[in-house]
Amino acid sequence: MAPKFQGVDFYDVDGLLSEEERAVRDTVRAWVDDNLMPVIAEHYLEGRFPKHLVPQMAELGLFGANLPEEYGCAGLNHVAYGLIMQELERGDSGVRSFASVQGALVMYPIFAFGSEEQKRHWLPKMAAGEVIGCFGLTEPDYGSNPAGMITTARETKSGWILNGAKMWITNGSTAHAAIIWAKTGQPDDVESIRGFIVPTDTQGFSAKDQKGKLSLRASDTSELVLQDVCVPKDAVLPKSAGLKSPLLCLTQARYGIAWGAVGAALACYDEAVSYAKARVMFGKPIGAFQLQQARLAEMLTEITKAQLLCLQLGRLKDQGKVTPQQVSLAKRNNVSMATDVARETRRLLGANGILAEYQAMRHLANLESVYTYEGTHDIHTLILGQEITGLNAFN
Amino acid sequence: MKIAVCVKRVPDSETRVKIASDGKSLDETGVKFILNPYDEFAVEEALRRKEQAGSGEVVVVSLGPAAAQETIRTALAMGADRGVLLEADRVPVDGLEVAKALAAELKNGGYDLILFGKMAIDDYNHQVGPMVAELLDLPCVTAVAHLDIAGQRGTAEREIEGGVETVEFPLPAVLTTDKGLNEPRYPALKGIMAAKKKPLELKRAALGAGGLEVLGLTPPPQRKDGKVVGEGPAAVPELLRLLREEAKVL
Repeated sequence: MAPKFQGVDFYDVDGLLSEEERAVRDTVRAWVDDNLMPVIAEHYLEGRFPKHLVPQMAELGLFGANLPEEYGCAGLNHVAYGLIMQELERGDSGVRSFASVQGALVMYPIFAFGSEEQKRHWLPKMAAGEVIGCFGLTEPDYGSNPAGMITTARETKSGWILNGAKMWITNGSTAHAAIIWAKTGQPDDVESIRGFIVPTDTQGFSAKDQKGKLSLRASDTSELVLQDVCVPKDAVLPKSAGLKSPLLCLTQARYGIAWGAVGAALACYDEAVSYAKARVMFGKPIGAFQLQQARLAEMLTEITKAQLLCLQLGRLKDQGKVTPQQVSLAKRNNVSMATDVARETRRLLGANGILAEYQAMRHLANLESVYTYEGTHDIHTLILGQEITGLNAFN
Repeated sequence: MKIAVCVKRVPDSETRVKIASDGKSLDETGVKFILNPYDEFAVEEALRRKEQAGSGEVVVVSLGPAAAQETIRTALAMGADRGVLLEADRVPVDGLEVAKALAAELKNGGYDLILFGKMAIDDYNHQVGPMVAELLDLPCVTAVAHLDIAGQRGTAEREIEGGVETVEFPLPAVLTTDKGLNEPRYPALKGIMAAKKKPLELKRAALGAGGLEVLGLTPPPQRKDGKVVGEGPAAVPELLRLLREEAKVL
């Protein structure tokens, strides 16, 4: 059996965490070691999400863990939530993505924009993993520019009729309910965008698994088609108003991703260090060579910086002071950092680095998606550019 | 069913321990401490017994430094009802002193069962559980791998060399738990949050001097490098010769 993951903590960041935060982290870490690590490589190779783990994740309380207890959630602070994301992604980005979508992109919008009845109806079932959700914002022709979406919702006497297509939807084929964002007004009326809770067994709703992925293979990514999908009046999220509503959800998810990326980097660094100490070449461990030491020193430095970045971001969020731009900076930095760490680990491992038996190449391939989703690296660059200069470089 | 579980704060089994500069204790800097893994079986068993009975109380008792509150809270997060820490700057080396302090605490608690892990993974002594039983004049079954309780009688199975020993005993009793008894649950996130609000009583442990003293700790000798005698079938005769003549294991 593989040794248990011990984490990486060069600056005693643990000392900045509360006892509960550490306990949450340790529980998820142990669960990942015991239940996810033994099966992740085969699921990745077979292109399957390890769905059998969902009830266990729910029982631990991983879904929507930072939402209030009155809705069946764990009521954790945002730092503890971030640590959950870190530990899940230490296992695999696809499994972290599942939890991110369920918590930050499905439960959060119901919590933030839903009616009290919607919250009471959906959130406890989602926290319990009985209802799995997905988030439909991105469209085939509107990725970085969601304002251009062409999915529509037309109000009728009895409810709403939705038409359109969504793409790159995590959990799309697995979900029981989809949060669909659609324009209720004119095609250019961004303010008319609203969110709808659509049960996926509604007539006219279909989901198709997106085949041929070389990344996030242990995750369900699907295309959704909505053809005259009729939902009742109370399917709309009453407090959703305009593009800023889905963007608020994305800020929640990006926050988790900033932490998650650190987890992937920790997994790779841990693998790099143990490999460098054990692998003998030219009569000594490769870790004794300066080139590999430089690699490891660089990784540790960048990981330590990212850990501190996350923690302060989390503290700001817990104080209600965080800005979307601060989240952008962390997502941008940490995912890019993790991708570099994964790549360098892959290289340090030589030929072994391409095998699924090791983690680096799987993380590297996953992180290429994480680099692109939830606001690409480039888009976050422009968000920061606009924050710095006050000038919009998007269009 | 009222159950006490005695737990110990120990260094994580994955930790590389270093001997402190005094040569007779461990350097605790950077060492992660955990709930003794054998005690996890005891906590889990107590929770299951209470759940089956539908009512009762699970009380977690530990003796150790203030930091052992965290160890107790791990058990509270798993579902135990309340905790008691007998605070001591360090855990005495003499298990009898620990047993006396625990026995004094447990004596009038009205417990149906008192559970321990079969040993602590730091000192491997296997002794505090049976000592507490003796001090309280209660029956004791050690290294329990299977347990049935019906009314005021229990049946326990112990794995012994080459077989299984079945032991019957009356309640109240002291049991020490072994691997295989159950699969301990993870402390769920709600449990971790709830643990903060559960009562945890601090008392100063009354400890005697004890009759044992640690004179020194030494790490095990460095293992010598292995020897590769060759490759494939051609190496077998030489391997056999070395196993016979040098290692003398054949």
